[in-house]
Amino acid sequence: MKYTYRINILVLLFALPLFAQAQESLTGVIIEVLEGKEVPLIGANVYWLDTSIGTITDENGKFSVPYSKERKQLVISFIGFETETLKVNSNKPIRQVLKSTSNLDEVTLSAEKQTTTKSYLKAANTFTVTNDELLKAACCNLSESFETNPSIDVNFADAVTGTRQIKMLGLTSPYILITTENIPAIRGASQAYGLSFIPGTWVESIQITKGAGSVVNGFESITGQINAELVKPTKDHNFFLNLYAASSERLELNTHFNTQVSDKWSTGIYLHGNTHQKKHDVNDDGFMDMPLYNQINVMNRWQYTNPEKGIVSFINLRYLNDGKQSGQLDFNPDTDKLTTNAWGSEIDTERIEGSFKLGYVNPEIPYQSLGFQMAYSHHQQNSYFGLRIYDIKHESFYSNLIYNSIISDSRHKIKTGANFTYDHYDEFVQTIDYERNDNSVGGFFEYAFDNLDNFTMTAGLRADLHNRLGFFITPRLHMRYTPWEKAALRASVGRGKRIANIFAENQSLFASSRQINILNSGGQIYGLDPEIAWNYGVSYLQGFNLFGRKADITLDFYRTAFENQVVVDWENPYEINFYNLDGQSFSNSFQFELNVNIAEGLDLRAAYKYYDIQTDYNVGKRTKPLVPKHRIFANLGYELLGKNKLAPWKFDATYNWLSEQRYPDTSLSPDQYQLDEFSPTVGTLNVQVTKVFSPKFEVYLGGENVTNVRQPNPIVSPEDPFGANFDTNFVYGPIFGSMYYTGLRFKLD
Amino acid sequence: MKQIITILALCMLNFSFAQDKNARATLEVDGVCGMCKERIEKAAIKTKGVKSAVWSIDTHELDLIYDARKTNTDSISKNVAAVGHDTKFILATEEAYLSVDACCRYRDDQVVKDHESGDVK
Repeated sequence: MKYTYRINILVLLFALPLFAQAQESLTGVIIEVLEGKEVPLIGANVYWLDTSIGTITDENGKFSVPYSKERKQLVISFIGFETETLKVNSNKPIRQVLKSTSNLDEVTLSAEKQTTTKSYLKAANTFTVTNDELLKAACCNLSESFETNPSIDVNFADAVTGTRQIKMLGLTSPYILITTENIPAIRGASQAYGLSFIPGTWVESIQITKGAGSVVNGFESITGQINAELVKPTKDHNFFLNLYAASSERLELNTHFNTQVSDKWSTGIYLHGNTHQKKHDVNDDGFMDMPLYNQINVMNRWQYTNPEKGIVSFINLRYLNDGKQSGQLDFNPDTDKLTTNAWGSEIDTERIEGSFKLGYVNPEIPYQSLGFQMAYSHHQQNSYFGLRIYDIKHESFYSNLIYNSIISDSRHKIKTGANFTYDHYDEFVQTIDYERNDNSVGGFFEYAFDNLDNFTMTAGLRADLHNRLGFFITPRLHMRYTPWEKAALRASVGRGKRIANIFAENQSLFASSRQINILNSGGQIYGLDPEIAWNYGVSYLQGFNLFGRKADITLDFYRTAFENQVVVDWENPYEINFYNLDGQSFSNSFQFELNVNIAEGLDLRAAYKYYDIQTDYNVGKRTKPLVPKHRIFANLGYELLGKNKLAPWKFDATYNWLSEQRYPDTSLSPDQYQLDEFSPTVGTLNVQVTKVFSPKFEVYLGGENVTNVRQPNPIVSPEDPFGANFDTNFVYGPIFGSMYYTGLRFKLD
Repeated sequence: MKQIITILALCMLNFSFAQDKNARATLEVDGVCGMCKERIEKAAIKTKGVKSAVWSIDTHELDLIYDARKTNTDSISKNVAAVGHDTKFILATEEAYLSVDACCRYRDDQVVKDHESGDVK
């Protein structure tokens, strides 16, 4: 009895809404034709024209709409089908077949994708270098991945360390925050050679941000941020092989293995090896033009993805062993190390690192997410440069917790969190031991606003408590305004603070006879104070069409002004002096960049850069040495799609021109070792041809510095390396001359 | 007494959904290009109570997250229709539809074809 009573009520309550519509209905069925057979079309819209009265067809293609004589036009529509508007004169059942629009000629849409993508929408001045861009110049490690990008300047490698240093906005890499997957990577002991410890094939894409950057990753970035996203086990090829050989007898090998282990876990093993065992001396100064080296680099990644729960996790393990040897041709490490028999240098590095990332995105509320990152590295470098020993052990721990959400709606996004870092340094420099611990705890808050129209803004604030830097605030602001179509006007301002690891960052200066002096003694870091700088910049991006083809121009102006800087003064040829800045030090950089798609498959990128970098040295205000005031860059890329669209030819040519560079003052040297005030100008040309045989296999052939431009005498006093005037740092151009290379890439999925 | 409780309990069933602070809904909204996407999402987000609105050009689906105590799919549909985009049950008036740019006239089959063939972005 009670049961039926309850069921009656249920029926009543659920039936109530149906009673509201007791009137005439027009019914019908909508059909589509699939493979010649008529099938009901489910979910088609059926509504009276110019009204909001309608419904959708059910699983039998049937529908029922209220009928009234005044309404005569019934619209039936469904995505992928031609919309039909039926004249309905009386209440008779309808049977209508909808025609699929895919019966029309299909046109394949192949838009030309830019290899370096700029954002018109982001508040920060960020652009992404995609994998296609990285392949334009066969780069073996991350330091060589910026060849086709005018925003990053790549120095010429010096003969001893053989590594190319990068610069952004005129300032060297210690002022750039370089992260791998948003975990600070190239810092401390790995600052000098760290980019050569990341193989190019491990890099999926690179995000380059000019200006102060985000507060989320830390307080150290001053001039910009470079983030390298590494390849992921779920997206990378199951098997990848890259072989590279160069005319200098440099050989490189990369292999990747990726596999899915279970429905949530995937793993990848990435192996890299390189070797160069041939001694070259094209300028006949008795010194090798580039080091002999060996490197083994191994990475194992584990990826956990659980889309139902919204959890993604990465575990990375890496091991690196790198050895370099340079110096005079007849230097034998076994018999001549740390003697005056011959001058030589060895740099041996061993590095282990592990990192863990956990991300949780609320599946119901995707704008709410929580991320946790943790990384540990142990870096040991044992090296000597002639008679100078430099050993450094650096242990680093980094952890960061980030929470993302919105305030009221997705126009107002917030990121907040906290992080903890710990660094332990143990250095042995010539005869002195320097040991220290750095640790910091900090919190950050970043607000991002997007008015969905023409303005976005990111404002961030960090507060950190550091055992050596004290308590300090780091503010950062980025804004983007769109005045008219395809334009973006950006402005940014921000502050950065960092510890200058003077020895690790300036190791190449050890390869000289200069006496190393630290002139201050009151500070917390080698007696010196922390570096603090403000960075301001404006940037204007305008996209436009040139004869019906896509083009864009960018104008950037940035200024970095130091409140304090550790000045590296080598204006006296017998000394290197490190001291706290007393006065002004700034870097003004201006860049004009043009990207044009000239014709089908033909792209041009051209840029002009102007630098004005000056510092108050003890001897007075001078421009920074070995920095050209003007730089011109041009890259021409051509993709020839033959009959087989999957097997194109790709051609790339890159030209760089540097104006004269100021040498550090050599007026105190004896006449025969004095240099002019300025170096000559330098122009280099790189070319590369790639033939893609299939999506699985491609071969490339290229030349670096094909016009064989060479600096004739990069070393001062090479005949007397243990004398007082020896110096290998006056490098303004290429040392080795032209070099040709070839390689192949093989992929299996 | 038991019957009253039963009736009340059944009524509660309906009300419990309306308290969701992060209600999810998918509306079908007609449009044809990137500009339509911006217009649709902006109109939806400006509706008080809507937290997130993402419209897909391919599926014509507007994924919404909204505070069900402050708004509902009808109000959101109304605001989207008011800027000129048809939703399933609330269509845009002729005036609103004509206020969209010519390249966005999604009711016109020719415009839809132009977008599919890639002639227009």
